[in-house]
Amino acid sequence: MFVNQFLFLAAVLFSIGVYGVLARRNAVLVLMSIELILNAVNINLVAFGTQLNDVSGQVFALFIIAIAAAEVGVGLALVIMLYRNRRSIDIDEIDLMKG
Amino acid sequence: MFAADLLIAQNIAFYVMAAIIIGAAIRVVTVKNMVHAALWLVVVLAGIAGQFILLASEFIAITQVLVYIGAVIILFLFGIMLTRAPMGETEEFDNSPRMRISAVAIGGFLLVVLGYSVWDGVRDQQFDTITVQQTTDVADSIIGPYVVPLLMVAVLLTAALIGAVVLARRD
Repeated sequence: MFVNQFLFLAAVLFSIGVYGVLARRNAVLVLMSIELILNAVNINLVAFGTQLNDVSGQVFALFIIAIAAAEVGVGLALVIMLYRNRRSIDIDEIDLMKG
Repeated sequence: MFAADLLIAQNIAFYVMAAIIIGAAIRVVTVKNMVHAALWLVVVLAGIAGQFILLASEFIAITQVLVYIGAVIILFLFGIMLTRAPMGETEEFDNSPRMRISAVAIGGFLLVVLGYSVWDGVRDQQFDTITVQQTTDVADSIIGPYVVPLLMVAVLLTAALIGAVVLARRD
């Protein structure tokens, strides 16, 4: 197996995630797209860790999983608070700080 | 140590799973039903767990299933329900077609740049011998040289969870 196979898969997933962040308007769906991006990074880390036979890749991927879980928790709490205050989670309508 | 014929099986498994992952990921960012998007995300995450097994990283594969499919997806489903997302298909999740076209352009540009740099940087390097990275090695590494980041992640998780409770509670 080529290392490139995994890196290309990760690049495709990353680009799909970026498309999702830009094209979606619903805050929960944007968070889902961010998960895609984080997972793409994890594939890269584990692939390089396996290629170099170094366990650090896996350890970093584990830290990323933990941080992603924390991010989803806080992100969804923010989304729920937003829904409570504005009855909508459309991120186009959140323009309070727009100059 | 894998024999050459086993590598063919691995390649087939890789391409099958990669096709499933990419197809499901495209569904996640385009589907018009929010619950369906969350369920397609399950397919993506399970496929990635399979890729981790192909890379002989068993612990991270199991963690992926437990944390992502087990916990994060449940959080997403709760988020969808608590924000009373419109059930069924609607158009209101997506930006205007003009925005989507520019999003496709940006994503495609990123894909070209990333793909070229990956191809240019790694070329045709192969996995020579894939040795299974045991869970005990991961544990030794986390408790050994990476113990300070581990403790920082513990503090971060505590802070994030307390923050989430404070943000989401009704008072």
